[in-house]
Amino acid sequence: MNRTLRGATAVVGVGETTYYKRGQSPDAEFNLALKAILAACQDAGISPKDVDGFASFSNDRSDPSRLANALGIHDLRFSNMQWGGGGGGGSAAIAHAAAAVATGLAECVVVFRALAQGQFGRFGQGPRSNVVSGAGAFTVPYGLMSPAQSFAMKVRRFMHDHGVEQSALRAISLASYHHAQTNPRAVMYGRPLDEAWIVEPFHLFDCCQENDGAAAMIVVPAERAKDFDHPPVYVLSAVTGSHYRAGASVHNTPDYATSNFKTCVPRLYGMAACGPDDVDVLQCYENFTGGVLMSIVEHGFCEPDECNEFLTKENLIAPDGALPTNTSGGNLAECYMHGLELNIEAVRQIRRTSPNQVEDVDVAMVVSGPMVTPVSSSIYGSEATV
Amino acid sequence: MSAYLNPGLPKPAPAPDGLDAPYWEAVAEERLVMQHCRACGTWQWGPEWICHNCCSEDLAFDEVPLTGRIYSYERVWHPVHPALNEQGPYIVVLVEFPDHDGARMVGNLVGDPRQAVVIGAPVRAVFEHHPDDDPPHTLVQWEVVDS
Repeated sequence: MNRTLRGATAVVGVGETTYYKRGQSPDAEFNLALKAILAACQDAGISPKDVDGFASFSNDRSDPSRLANALGIHDLRFSNMQWGGGGGGGSAAIAHAAAAVATGLAECVVVFRALAQGQFGRFGQGPRSNVVSGAGAFTVPYGLMSPAQSFAMKVRRFMHDHGVEQSALRAISLASYHHAQTNPRAVMYGRPLDEAWIVEPFHLFDCCQENDGAAAMIVVPAERAKDFDHPPVYVLSAVTGSHYRAGASVHNTPDYATSNFKTCVPRLYGMAACGPDDVDVLQCYENFTGGVLMSIVEHGFCEPDECNEFLTKENLIAPDGALPTNTSGGNLAECYMHGLELNIEAVRQIRRTSPNQVEDVDVAMVVSGPMVTPVSSSIYGSEATV
Repeated sequence: MSAYLNPGLPKPAPAPDGLDAPYWEAVAEERLVMQHCRACGTWQWGPEWICHNCCSEDLAFDEVPLTGRIYSYERVWHPVHPALNEQGPYIVVLVEFPDHDGARMVGNLVGDPRQAVVIGAPVRAVFEHHPDDDPPHTLVQWEVVDS
């Protein structure tokens, strides 16, 4: 038995709601999920009753049984959640959907993520309790509590070890904002970088947005992939994991200054049977620009000591950059749909429908949730790759 | 020492499961402890029920020196809690204990919040007691050692 997901499944439908600034969705979170799923079904040209599975991540609140009930699904076969890791599950959910479809557990799985931060809590704020115990007791009372604060020291240490300058982080943000200006869906369409410090080494422009919206993708077996309205986009690889003691509390992970992909990357390229030179376009989750920078290094696109030279706006923008990155505007400037919108942009690039289309894209990579644990990555390919 | 941060952040309390109780008892007495495996000698922090190296349950909380070195740091500008709205910038440091398997602790770097911070600089623990808070607790802060 050939134990691989390579080319066994394909994405045949994608759907997104309108993307809103946080708290501004007129729809309830669950309704956003339904709208994105219905949009993905319409894109694929299928009835929602043909869906038989759901995969999500980061404790998404839209329960698959309720979704199946609302959509009138007759035969729910797969109901899956990647534990933990915030946006680190964005490609893991694809891996799980692909694994379910490839092994016959299900035939048509929706990968989705829905967020309404007005209806529920915000990510970027500290806890409001009077006391904190457990691992948080060793960090929160020192004013170390938000995601930006939790990752800044990893990035600072990496910059220290490798002589990385702020300009390399800034280039990542410039590329995302540049791409957003040709994407009317982007929340930062027509908006400049905000230079305020949040926590050094991150300015506001180094930090993802917080948004409301939903996104969905439909995964089916490769043998059915050509039965739909769009050219199929094959899953060449999708992997997830964590390195040694990535989950050590109080910032005690021995290999600390990392985006956490070092053990995933050999499996990612091994399954896809390709390497960094084969990647035509990259969608790399920007929780913070420093995570993108370390991810680009750990996925083999440049050496740690080359960041200042490689990470320039010119290298990161479509269509002609050496590594066009976050071509829809990404989490920084399109929408923070917990990174699932990056997977959808990878699909658009292979379909040749991106707002910032790179020429002749056959291989598109997605990096999900750097610096969290577990993380995940995926590689998508055109018909030419399978 | 006086408090480094303005009052009103969540206060640390010993974990209900008892895992970290010896730490909180020690810092109240101005001793710094971390977990030390009786079976294999590995030091570990934060606290866990077993040793990550040999999986022994035989873990003690043993004293470590009140000195370490700065492994990384951050200067926070944007408040994410109402208690910090009037705080202005502050510095969080990650302090490494090189002779204790590289275990690390988090605290604030006392002194000018706009000071230049040097990774690798030696630091010394400063105990910040809050006996009148509910619950009473002690924070461990750090100051640069003049060399």
